[in-house]
Amino acid sequence: MLELRNVSFKVPDESGTGEFKIIDDLNLTIGDGKFVVVTGPNGGGKSTLAKLIMGIEKPTSGQIVFDGKDITNLDITERAKLGIGYAFQHPPRFKGLTVRSLLSLAHGSELPEDKCCAYLTNVGLCSKDYLNREVDTSLSGGEVKRIEIATLMARNLRVAIYDEPEAGIDLWSFTMLVDSFRSIGKNRHDNVIIISHQERIMDLADELIVIADGKIRDQGPKDELLPRLLGEFNENCTLRREVVTK
Amino acid sequence: MQNKFEFGASLQNIDKGILAEIADLKDTPKGAYNIRRNGEGMVRHSTENIIIEPKTDNPGIDITIKPNTKGETVHIPVIITETGVTDVVYNDFYIGDNADVLIVAGCGIHNCGDENSQHDGIHSFHIGKNAKLRYVEKHYASGDGNGKNILNPATIVEVGEGSYCEMEMVQIKGVDSTIRDTKAKVGAGGKLVMIEKLMTHGEQIAHSNMEIDLDGEDSTAQIISRTVGKGKSEQVFYPKAIGNNKCKAHVQCDSIIMDDAKISSIPAIVANHTDAQIVHEAAIGKINNDQLMKLQTFGMNEEEAEEIIVQGFLK
Repeated sequence: MLELRNVSFKVPDESGTGEFKIIDDLNLTIGDGKFVVVTGPNGGGKSTLAKLIMGIEKPTSGQIVFDGKDITNLDITERAKLGIGYAFQHPPRFKGLTVRSLLSLAHGSELPEDKCCAYLTNVGLCSKDYLNREVDTSLSGGEVKRIEIATLMARNLRVAIYDEPEAGIDLWSFTMLVDSFRSIGKNRHDNVIIISHQERIMDLADELIVIADGKIRDQGPKDELLPRLLGEFNENCTLRREVVTK
Repeated sequence: MQNKFEFGASLQNIDKGILAEIADLKDTPKGAYNIRRNGEGMVRHSTENIIIEPKTDNPGIDITIKPNTKGETVHIPVIITETGVTDVVYNDFYIGDNADVLIVAGCGIHNCGDENSQHDGIHSFHIGKNAKLRYVEKHYASGDGNGKNILNPATIVEVGEGSYCEMEMVQIKGVDSTIRDTKAKVGAGGKLVMIEKLMTHGEQIAHSNMEIDLDGEDSTAQIISRTVGKGKSEQVFYPKAIGNNKCKAHVQCDSIIMDDAKISSIPAIVANHTDAQIVHEAAIGKINNDQLMKLQTFGMNEEEAEEIIVQGFLK
C-alpha cells in the first residue's frame, strides 16, 4: 500500500519572495493490486506527484509511506530497491548504450534476446531492428519513449509509474501499447500508476484520480468517474464553441 | 628472439594480463604476429601472405601484406614490464591491392619502479588500391611505482584509391602522459574512419593532434573522438580535416568532463576546393543529471550509474 500524507511541494515563486505550491497538502492512498490512472489539466502537479513517489523530488512537508514504512527520506536508489519504478515523460538518451544493455540494466541481469524482443514488441518496436541500436540521437523521440516504457516492463515492480506513456507515440503503436498495459495491469506489476490524458488508457484503470492545482479534485472507481469526466469535457467544449461562435 | 613460442610457457602472468588487456590475446595468435618485450623483439611469425621482417636501419619491423590477402590478421603487441625503459620503434605496414586484413597493435606498460617507462611507436601505413584495413590499437598501463608511464604514438597513413581504412585507437587506463600525432592522406574514392577513445584520470595529460588531407576526388573521412576526463587530468584535441578535392569529411568530438578535469576540443576544417564538404561538431559536458537519475531508478547508486554511462560512452 502506498500512502501520501499531507504532502506538499513548494518552490520559490517568480518574485523570489513568496512560494508557489505545486503539490498542496495532498492525501492519497493506493491499495495493493490497483491499476490507477492519474489525469488532470497540464501544470496541475501530476508529474511532480510521480517524481515525489520515485524520490526524484523531496516533499517540502508531509510523509510518504510504502507498505507501512516511511520512505520520505529515502533516495531514488533506495526506493528503486523497494520495487518502485518510474518511466520518464522525457526520457534521457545514452550515447554508446544499446537498447539491449539498457533493458538488461533495467531488469538487473543480462536479458536473453527473446525476452528483450518480447518487451520491445509490447511497445510496438520491431525488436531485431532495435536490439543493438544505441539509445542516442539516432532514435526518434517516439522510439526513445517506447524503449523507456519497455525498460519499466522489464522490471518486476511493486509500483510502476508511467508518465504520459502516450506522448509522441504514433496511432498504430498506441493501440499495441494499450494492449500491453491491459496485460501488465493483470500480470506484471503489483501496482500500476499511469499519468495519462487518453480515454483508452483511463478505461483500463480500476481507479481514476484527477489532480488540479496541486490537489486531488476528484477520485473514484473508473466506471463511475470516467463518464462524468467525459461529460464535463464535452460540456466545456460546447461552451467554448458557443463563445467562439458568438 | 625465441625460436619456439608457447603462449603458456613463454610468458609470465603479468605479460599475459597485459596481452589480454591490449590485444584480447589469451592464446598464441592465429595469423602473423610479432611480440615485442622491454625494447626487444621476443617472437615473430610470418605467414604465406604476411611477411614480418626486422628493419635494418632502425628498431622496428616491416609488415608486408601481399595483394589479395583476405581475412587474415596481424598482431603486434608491445609489452614493457621493466622500469626505466625507453623504447622507440618504427613499424611500416605495406598493404597490397585488394587485401582485406585486421591489424591489432597496442602497448601495455606495467611499471612498478621509480623511473619512467616510455614507448613511442611510429607507425606508417601504405595502403594500396581497393584494399580494406581495420586497425585496432589499445594503450594501457598499470603498476604501483612512482615512475610515469608514457606513450607517444605517431601514426602516418596513406589510403590508396578506392581503399577503406578504419582505425580505432583506445587508451583507457593508467597512461600518465601521451602525445598522439596522426597524419593521413586519402586518395580518390578512399575512405578513412578514425575512432579515438580515451579516458584520463588522476593527473594524466593527453594531447591528440590529427591532420587528415583529403587529396583524391570523392575521398571521405570520418573522425570520431570520444573521451572522458576525470580527476585533475587534462586533454587537448586538435583534429583537422583538409579538403583538397571534391570530398566529404565529418569531425565529431564528444567529451564527458568530471571532477576537476580540463578538456580542450579544437576541431578545425579547411576547404581548398569548392566541392569540399566538411562538417565538424564538438561537445563537452558533464554527465546529464537525467541519465544518472534514470539509472538510479534501476536501483544503481550514483557511482555505479556514472560507471555505466562512462563505459557505454567509451565502448
